[in-house]
Amino acid sequence: MSDMRILIIEDDRDAAAYLVKAFRESGHTVDHAADGLDGYALARENEYDVLIVDRMLPRLDGLSLIGGLREQKIETPVLILSALGQVDDRVKGLRAGGDDYLAKPYAFSELLARVEVLARRRGASAGETTHYRVADLELDRLAHKLTRSGKEIVLQPREFRLLEYLMKHAGQVVTRTMLLENVWDYHFDPQTNVIDVHISRLRSKIDKGFDLPLLHTIRGAGYMVRDGAR
Amino acid sequence: MTALGKLLRTTAFKLSLAYLLISAISAGAVMGWVAWNVKKLVDEQIASTIEAEIAGLSEQYAQGGIRALVDVVERRARQPGASLYLVTTFVGETIAGNVASLPAGVLQRPGVVESSYQRLGDIDSRRRALARIFVLPGRFRLLVGRDLEDRETINDVMVRALTTSLIWLTVIGTLGGIFVARRVLRRVDAMNASAQQIMSGDLSGRLPIAGSNDELDRLAQNLNSMLERISELMNGLREVSDNIAHDLKTPLTRLRNRAEEALRIAVTPDDYRATLETMIDESDNLIRIFNALLMIARAEAGTDRRAMRIFDVASVAQDLSELYEPAAEEGGMELRVAVDQRLMVNGNRELIGQALANLIDNALKYGAQPDLPKLSGGSDAPSVNAATIAKSNVVTVGARRVGDRIEIEVSDSGPGIATADRERVIGRFVRLEGSRSRPGSGLGLSLASAVAQLHHGELRLEDNSPGLRVVIALPAVANTTYVPGLPMEAGQGTLLQNDESRPGNNQKS
Repeated sequence: MSDMRILIIEDDRDAAAYLVKAFRESGHTVDHAADGLDGYALARENEYDVLIVDRMLPRLDGLSLIGGLREQKIETPVLILSALGQVDDRVKGLRAGGDDYLAKPYAFSELLARVEVLARRRGASAGETTHYRVADLELDRLAHKLTRSGKEIVLQPREFRLLEYLMKHAGQVVTRTMLLENVWDYHFDPQTNVIDVHISRLRSKIDKGFDLPLLHTIRGAGYMVRDGAR
Repeated sequence: MTALGKLLRTTAFKLSLAYLLISAISAGAVMGWVAWNVKKLVDEQIASTIEAEIAGLSEQYAQGGIRALVDVVERRARQPGASLYLVTTFVGETIAGNVASLPAGVLQRPGVVESSYQRLGDIDSRRRALARIFVLPGRFRLLVGRDLEDRETINDVMVRALTTSLIWLTVIGTLGGIFVARRVLRRVDAMNASAQQIMSGDLSGRLPIAGSNDELDRLAQNLNSMLERISELMNGLREVSDNIAHDLKTPLTRLRNRAEEALRIAVTPDDYRATLETMIDESDNLIRIFNALLMIARAEAGTDRRAMRIFDVASVAQDLSELYEPAAEEGGMELRVAVDQRLMVNGNRELIGQALANLIDNALKYGAQPDLPKLSGGSDAPSVNAATIAKSNVVTVGARRVGDRIEIEVSDSGPGIATADRERVIGRFVRLEGSRSRPGSGLGLSLASAVAQLHHGELRLEDNSPGLRVVIALPAVANTTYVPGLPMEAGQGTLLQNDESRPGNNQKS
């Protein structure tokens, strides 16, 4: 996904400058506000694909800002950045109207992947697709069936969910923590390579014996399902 | 504010005043009731006396006519302490009796009447009487009455008694109130002084206890226990932050050394890139340690109780076993699951999950028999036979109910931990000989132990002969019927209910 319009509301000058630069290098348009009120005004006046909001901001704190926007029926996806990383801080952030929560310090690749997923979600239509297709790989959510080149592949239930999530976000980088959160529903750091092993098992089932690999490892970031020809 | 003003505004004094008011009102009510009853009794007696006299006089009139009646009336009227008598014609002219005057119209209404009058021979004073007017045949009117002096006297006595007692009540009540208020105020002032002293920084101070075991003493005792707990927590926090500072310095130094080394030695961009990448890895590790320490500290301080809800620990154990199973297989170990169904505990699912993940991770890392040949990785490795697996590196994740506890255990068949080291290894950053060469922070068991304690449970290290068995024992939730997706008890379960993103909820498209 290229050229998103992003608003970063972050009071720390260095952190903000770093983010603005990094997102621009990734080909996105970025605005920046240094406090809650300015950020609120910008978010109301302009159409953004994603807002990145620090939780602790001068003049208007992050959670109130999000609450205010949601009250105004502005449903732009919001990613909350916070130094508070405990489970219930996260819960509070999501309850206040945030769509995702990332604790500082974070890797930029993680942030970028999450922001892209949020922005895509905004673009997608409201209806949930029941059918995903990448190249000759087809996944039918309702029938719980997976085929590649017309040949059925049998997956474990969890492997199926893993692939479903990857295919839902085909063409986008999905990080290990995103997988742990969305496929396993845990928010902690698994510390070892547990996710990688699941991925390599999945890969051996869907890519083995085919010329075109579909499940790619993105170094230093995560994984992506993509039609390799693109 | 003057000392008296302060005294008068105390709760004790206000309460005394309120009691005083209530006593006064009830005293007045009792006296009023007594007075009313006495009056009623006196009136009844007077009425029956009058009735008897009228009956007698009517008889005289019936037998001897008006003359006989006048005679009797004149005779009786002259006796000392006599009743009031008056006989008149139908137009109101006095024929006989001892009544000098009556208010106009009294004689026109037959029946019982209370009225003022003047007595013959005592014209100067008007008095009150209760009288009955009776119309005789021949339209003569007969009045018989009794003076009400007695009743008035009793009334006066009553009123005087009431006012006197109210005055005494007020005086004694006020003084008593002040006395009680002063006593209480003195103790509260002492408590306030201690509190001020504690607030100004002396956390070792405690509130005075009078020893009377009354409500103020109990309050002071509870506040003292609270202070005790606060200083414990403060000390705990201080200790943790000292430890964090100490333990983060080592990896920070290493990080800095790497940067310096790169500046000194690196030549090509690739050298720099390699160093930067290791530095990022090291920073990530540092962040991980930091997060783990914070989590332990928060679990130990017991501040995370808010996020607790009732959930099925069996499904957590299943999920995590399934999460780690491929990694175990790749490491040449077998992960077995022996989990009972539906084991409900009240707790923080994320923390318990993290604790269990740490235990499984430990077992996979350190639970391998060094002398047993490792299985070759991959599910399709054909050389593995079942008998070898049974005797080789097996890690078992179990969960079951034992009495009123739920026990989650992870056991391996590795070298185990010597009894002497078991206590020690739970401490922060403790890494036993032989494990130091492998990755790890030495925080996994500390976190598991802190999480167990947060849930009023415990962490036990046991001998699996051979190997190590680590048990997290948590209090079970008693006799609940579990409805998936519903909070189990009011106030609980609601907190995470909406937010606990089931896979996909977080990303509603």
